[in-house]
Amino acid sequence: MPVEIPKDKWPGAVRTITLGATEAEGGTRTSVVTVGGQTALPFMHFESEVPHRPVVAIEIKDSRPDDWSPLLLEAWGDVVDDPAAWAKAAEEAGAELIELMFSLNDADGNPITADHAVETVKAVLGATGLPLLVFGPGQADVDNEILVPVAEAAKGERLVLGICEDKNYRTIVAAALANDHLVSARTAMDVNLAKQLNILISDMGLPLERVLMDPTTGALGYGIVYGFSVMERLRLAALQGDAMTQLPMVVTPGFEAWKTKESKVGEGVPDSWGDWEARSINWEVLTAITLLESGADIVVLRHPESVRRVKAAIEELMAVPELA
Amino acid sequence: MALSGIQIYKMLPQTNCKDCGFPTCLAFAMKLAAKQVELADCPHVSDEAKAELAESAAPPIRLVTLKANGHEVKAGNEVVLFRHEKTFYHKPGLFIRVRDDESADDIKAKVGAADAYSVNYVGIDLTIDGFAVESVSGDPAAFKAAVEAVRAASDRPLVLIGSDPSALEAGLGALDGEAPLIHGATADNWEAMADLAKASGAALTVVGNTLDELADLTGQVQGKGVEDMVLAPSALEMSTSLMLSTQSRRLALKKNFRPLGYPSIAFPGDAGDPARESMLAAQAIAKYVGFIVLDTFAPEQIYPLLVLRENVYTDPQKPIQVQPGLYEINGPSADDPLLVTTNFSITYFSVANEVENTGLPAWLLVSDAEGMSVLTAWAAGKFDAERIAKDVKNFSVADKVSQHRIVLPGHVAVLSGELEEELPGWQVLVGPREAVDIPQYMKEAL
Ligand code: B12
Ligand code: SF4
Repeated sequence: MPVEIPKDKWPGAVRTITLGATEAEGGTRTSVVTVGGQTALPFMHFESEVPHRPVVAIEIKDSRPDDWSPLLLEAWGDVVDDPAAWAKAAEEAGAELIELMFSLNDADGNPITADHAVETVKAVLGATGLPLLVFGPGQADVDNEILVPVAEAAKGERLVLGICEDKNYRTIVAAALANDHLVSARTAMDVNLAKQLNILISDMGLPLERVLMDPTTGALGYGIVYGFSVMERLRLAALQGDAMTQLPMVVTPGFEAWKTKESKVGEGVPDSWGDWEARSINWEVLTAITLLESGADIVVLRHPESVRRVKAAIEELMAVPELA
Repeated sequence: MALSGIQIYKMLPQTNCKDCGFPTCLAFAMKLAAKQVELADCPHVSDEAKAELAESAAPPIRLVTLKANGHEVKAGNEVVLFRHEKTFYHKPGLFIRVRDDESADDIKAKVGAADAYSVNYVGIDLTIDGFAVESVSGDPAAFKAAVEAVRAASDRPLVLIGSDPSALEAGLGALDGEAPLIHGATADNWEAMADLAKASGAALTVVGNTLDELADLTGQVQGKGVEDMVLAPSALEMSTSLMLSTQSRRLALKKNFRPLGYPSIAFPGDAGDPARESMLAAQAIAKYVGFIVLDTFAPEQIYPLLVLRENVYTDPQKPIQVQPGLYEINGPSADDPLLVTTNFSITYFSVANEVENTGLPAWLLVSDAEGMSVLTAWAAGKFDAERIAKDVKNFSVADKVSQHRIVLPGHVAVLSGELEEELPGWQVLVGPREAVDIPQYMKEAL
């Protein structure tokens, strides 16, 4: 019996956004990354072509992280003391983007300075040809203090600047506007908050082709479903034609998964949790896969093995089914 | 699909005899459409109308229940495509597969370990649901022996896998009074498989590469009198299986398309590689599959899958929460320390487990934060100094602790000044931000 397959026809589309700029485009990147452009729910190849695959970014820090799981430090080895070497290693591990995330303090325990941030960004740009996301430590005043000079020093690179929140979006957006960068707009797991921030940002004159949104997520076991559902709702709203939700989504499953006890702690946990390293990687991978299924365009990961697995899954999800 | 009152009215006798207690047949039909009365309240309805109404009242995705020895695994009866639209109801059953070319001892060891496995997540004990036994030897006696070996180690529900009906029949012979799932009926063997399912009371999967093939088979099998069916699309690739499970769910829910109105089964175990297996299983959990057959049983693999399943099937309308109150951990006395947290289950158990693990006695005040996490509740104004002070009074905390000293979660350090004002004479300490660091903090600072 030939079954008639209902196909959703959506009026809206996700915007297409390009990260990074090559020399011809005013930057120094050797490759750029384009995400978005979907006109159907994730991986529904039978309804419309999926123009751009989701991509994997690897998170690196400006100095040796003091609160990371020892498993991660072991996996990366000495490069964690040198962001440029780390960026290179991340590229070799399969990163399609690098997310450079600043800590509040430098390696000596002193608060980071603008100079330190600029130097680090320059070193990382020199070490890798991949597009870069540059994130402050997430404290609005510090973020402003470092991201403005970074934006100026890397003018034209089409960096993604973050975290751009309701508290500091004016400064970050102005820096992006003046220096040809993008921003990552973060709100707390709420469709309306996300829309509001996107409106505020676009009111400042930044074209929405330069805005990614980060709806915030939680790890498996620690709030993932809220993130999952908010992303599904945002993507449905985008396809239904709501312009302020039509932005590609970036989420940080690596950050969330590696802060859970399951990943951080190897001893004194129940036997039913199993092998520490395998569990931790599964935690990060499952968090990422679930978010990809709900519409993530960029997933930021931490462990090289997770990167390998998640990229393999994206490959499979992007394979156009023969029957479609 | 549910019928409207008018549609139902057309099937009623239309005599307005009032025997149902309503003045007109139309009034009764309206009540029936709203599911406020039973069809049986009308004594005059024809058998034909009865059958038609029963059919229309059936859920768009049939509920299939596997049973064994008091255990049940249900799938189906789902009503939405996205969990935020309402909720997902029946958590997919997780089954671990063994094969009949493994020795009975190996089977017993694997099944025994998986059967005994239990992991606690936010106060809930999570376990796998059953086992799948596959006939690969081609020998009915070997298959029967394998089923018996599984039964010797577990009494959970089973999926019996094979293409040869005589092997499956032998396996079914080892089971008594159960409702297992047989996998599966293909275009080649469906008649014999349907007979087997009918005779044994088992549910039956139908196997096909396309929805066309699956729909044909469900029609044929139903014609043999088997109602409990499960769709088994053969696809393993993530994009194809996602497409098929989305399409069949949509057809069932949006078009009330009966031939595909059944739950589905997936075999991530076929991946052969544990890493890929767990990703396939994760997709199956998030995207509509009802029964999931795995080959790998390892705690580090099964624990995250069980948690994912728990999360995806949580009702979005009701955060999982614990009762607010003053909790005793490790038998505290009056001069032991007091900590405060919120009544969101994940938060409470993160903290309570850590305190318990220290072995040190302590009091834990679980504040009524409407089931929200520390920062969410704080941002929403449900976990502030006033609320905490109120709960200190409500739960007569001052009568139970002598020290009048309270430890706040590190994430809400900002509350300490206000809380000192709200609780005159109390000392307010700020604990670490993450629960993992509580043991060290308690040992050093309290
Ligand atoms: C899931 C989530 C939600 C869910 C709610 C889940 C729930 N039932 O609480 C939803 C989507 C509904 C939600 C809503 C909101 N959220 Co919210 N949410 C989250 C999220 C993603 C995870 C929270 C979580 O579950 N954490 C896990 C639990 C276990 O953590 P926890 O309670 O803090 O407990 C840990 C520690 O605090 C510590 N601890 C706990 N108790 C104690 C006690 C002691 C003594 C000690 C020492 C330690 C300790 O141990 C635990 C484990 O380490 C976070 C961001 C994130 N990724 O963390 C944002 C987050 C908490 N939300 C935030 C906000 C602003 C909101 C909203 C106000 C926004 C909005 N959407 O309108 C609303 C408020 C709700 C409302 N108005 O009804 C912000 C808070 C920002 C801030 N610092 O003020 C966050 C941080 C996101 C962000 N980055 O902006 N949220
Ligand atoms: S009992 Fe039946 S026939 Fe009589 S009024 Fe009610 S619905 Fe109509």
